[in-house]
Amino acid sequence: MKYAHEFRDPVLAQGLLGQIREAVARTSATVSQPLNIMEVCGGHTHAIFRYGLHEMVPGEIEFIHGPGCPVCVLPMGRVDDCIEIAEHPQVIFTTFGDAMRVPGTKKSMLQAKAEGADIRLVYSPLDALAIARSNPDREVVFFALGFETTMPSTALTVLQAVKEGIRNFSLFCNHITVPQPIKALLDDPDMRLDGFIGPGHVSMVVGTRPYDFIARDYGKPIVVSGFEPIDLLQSVLMVVTQIAEGRAEVENQYGRIVPRDGNRQALAAIDAVFEPREKFEWRGLGEIDASGVKMRPAFAAWDAEQKFDVGYGKRREVADPLDARCGDVLKGQIKPIACPLFGSICNPETPVGALMVSSEGACAAYHQYVGARAREAQAV
Amino acid sequence: MPFRRSGRLKAKTITLAHGGGGKAMRDLIDDVFIAAFDNPAMGEMEDQARLDVGDLIAGGGRLAFTTDSFVVDPLVFPGGDIGKLSVWGTVNDLAVGGARPLWLSAAFIIEEGVEVEFLRTIAISMRTAADAAGVAIVTGDTKVVERGSADKLFITTAGIGVIPPGLDLSARHIRPGDRVLVNASLGEHGAAILAARGEIELEMAVTSDCRPLNGLIDLLLAAAPATRAMRDATRGGIAAVLNEMAVAAGVGVVLEEAALPMRTDVGGFCEILGLDPLYLANEGVLVAFVPEEQADRAVAAMRGHPFGEAAAIIGSVTAARPGVVSMNTMFGGSRIVDMLIGEQLPRIC
Repeated sequence: MKYAHEFRDPVLAQGLLGQIREAVARTSATVSQPLNIMEVCGGHTHAIFRYGLHEMVPGEIEFIHGPGCPVCVLPMGRVDDCIEIAEHPQVIFTTFGDAMRVPGTKKSMLQAKAEGADIRLVYSPLDALAIARSNPDREVVFFALGFETTMPSTALTVLQAVKEGIRNFSLFCNHITVPQPIKALLDDPDMRLDGFIGPGHVSMVVGTRPYDFIARDYGKPIVVSGFEPIDLLQSVLMVVTQIAEGRAEVENQYGRIVPRDGNRQALAAIDAVFEPREKFEWRGLGEIDASGVKMRPAFAAWDAEQKFDVGYGKRREVADPLDARCGDVLKGQIKPIACPLFGSICNPETPVGALMVSSEGACAAYHQYVGARAREAQAV
Repeated sequence: MPFRRSGRLKAKTITLAHGGGGKAMRDLIDDVFIAAFDNPAMGEMEDQARLDVGDLIAGGGRLAFTTDSFVVDPLVFPGGDIGKLSVWGTVNDLAVGGARPLWLSAAFIIEEGVEVEFLRTIAISMRTAADAAGVAIVTGDTKVVERGSADKLFITTAGIGVIPPGLDLSARHIRPGDRVLVNASLGEHGAAILAARGEIELEMAVTSDCRPLNGLIDLLLAAAPATRAMRDATRGGIAAVLNEMAVAAGVGVVLEEAALPMRTDVGGFCEILGLDPLYLANEGVLVAFVPEEQADRAVAAMRGHPFGEAAAIIGSVTAARPGVVSMNTMFGGSRIVDMLIGEQLPRIC
């Protein structure tokens, strides 16, 4: 497959691994081992496990799986909100597939659908708008979630709805942003992070400037990375080289996609429709200042939070089960296997925490590619 | 041929009357199904098909018996339709057990409102599929349900075949060192169905791989008589059947990603949507476990058949890690290939 296989070349990989080993050796005198490198994005977590990178890099490098999986940081209360909206008889509730299996306090959207709610899986917010167009007597709600990557498409869909005067369409906006949780993790006294692999698709929209504070204020290197295994190995090399040389900079490995200033048109669309929330709730991480966006007042008629009086801040928030350690996994403080629920009560069939739901979640990735089955096999 | 009445069905669409047990139902069965399936056993119109076993199971042969239901959406897709699937799916389930498929039943659950002409097309498609596989549809049933109680058309087929004396294909016989073989490129049916549903605006020329495997299997077994076991890798893809077999046999399976036959466009389709082709459904892909010394011959034999042109050895059996399927990636790493939980859902970003 052209333009994909080049980035999966095992010979290139061996060369990069050799360079990574040399760079790691140069850090050993000055930096305590292991080197904790957080990949912020769930897409990177998935790629690391899919290609077995965690086993290929030198043992001194520890991948810490960050909070960049939008489904995984979705609080149970938001799932309950979705179901509450979807169970209105006049509503067609539309969502990306990932979110369907996330457990709420009583049920997931998949269960609500089986019980009769009209919940439909879409691949784009424009599909939801098309459903609204062809069902003028129904209320069509799109569940907008995801980071800055998905914000432009939902923003443009709302602008299109406004332009066409489609009034039976609204957005249940739960978009979140990447830089603020990174800051929260860096401020957490329990965290020891040596560097970051920065998200690729988010940066395609926002550019690399929003990460400047990581290098400037916290003295940590960050390298924005692509998603192919060669991209990731090269990014690891760039992070470790910075550590070895005592540098802390924002570097861009994914230059073929990510411009320094991002995508101006996409940013303009985001800015036109959304404004920052004072704070927002993250599953496992709690409330984080300015970490989410809501729709601007001018778009109140297309805002499901207002139409249905639900959403963040409107209901008593629900805590995760006490013995589930999703938060510790999200912060990278423990590996999924160390959670007492992993693989027993919490598994992909009956997930307790959302990290077990999406294939980008650290727990699901562990379970699918390395975890529970491998442990069972070793025990035999 | 006994007394036959055809050409009496005047209705354009199916109504509940066609399930009522009266004349309308009789006309539907005669004019659409009997007309298409036409064979002596069915023509007798008794409450059961009467099958002459002759000397088929003389000398210690065994009967194989299987059933499967088909609810595919859309009913017609590039490369096939629900009728072909329902015939060849059951034929393949018999054939991978080493059985020679002979007779099929077909039961239809029809939603009112379906066009008669469409049913006729499906019935003729089933007859064509049965002829291609060398089987006969000898008995059947129709039910009509109210609009909304079924999605247009569901078909259940059952099949009977004969396993020759001495042949015992079973996961129990799989041993470390055996090779894992497939006959064809992976994931074409799953990709074709996803693309045909029109929910994803991706253009792709891939068609379903639905086809009967009994002829190919005859060649495979002639070339590799010590073949241990075979499965039809339908729902859940080859990942599902390999996991089932690894558990049943108490062995590990190690796949080589570089050896997996796959069309470039199916691979690209999966890349874009975040799907894993190992889990995509097939309708004409078998997984065979063959002793190492007969594996090359088995591949060569399959490649001599039109449905086996992409045949390949894709992995091997190990004593280590019993019950676990893993894959050496092209990139030089290794990963577990577990069973899928539920359906594959495309990722958000």
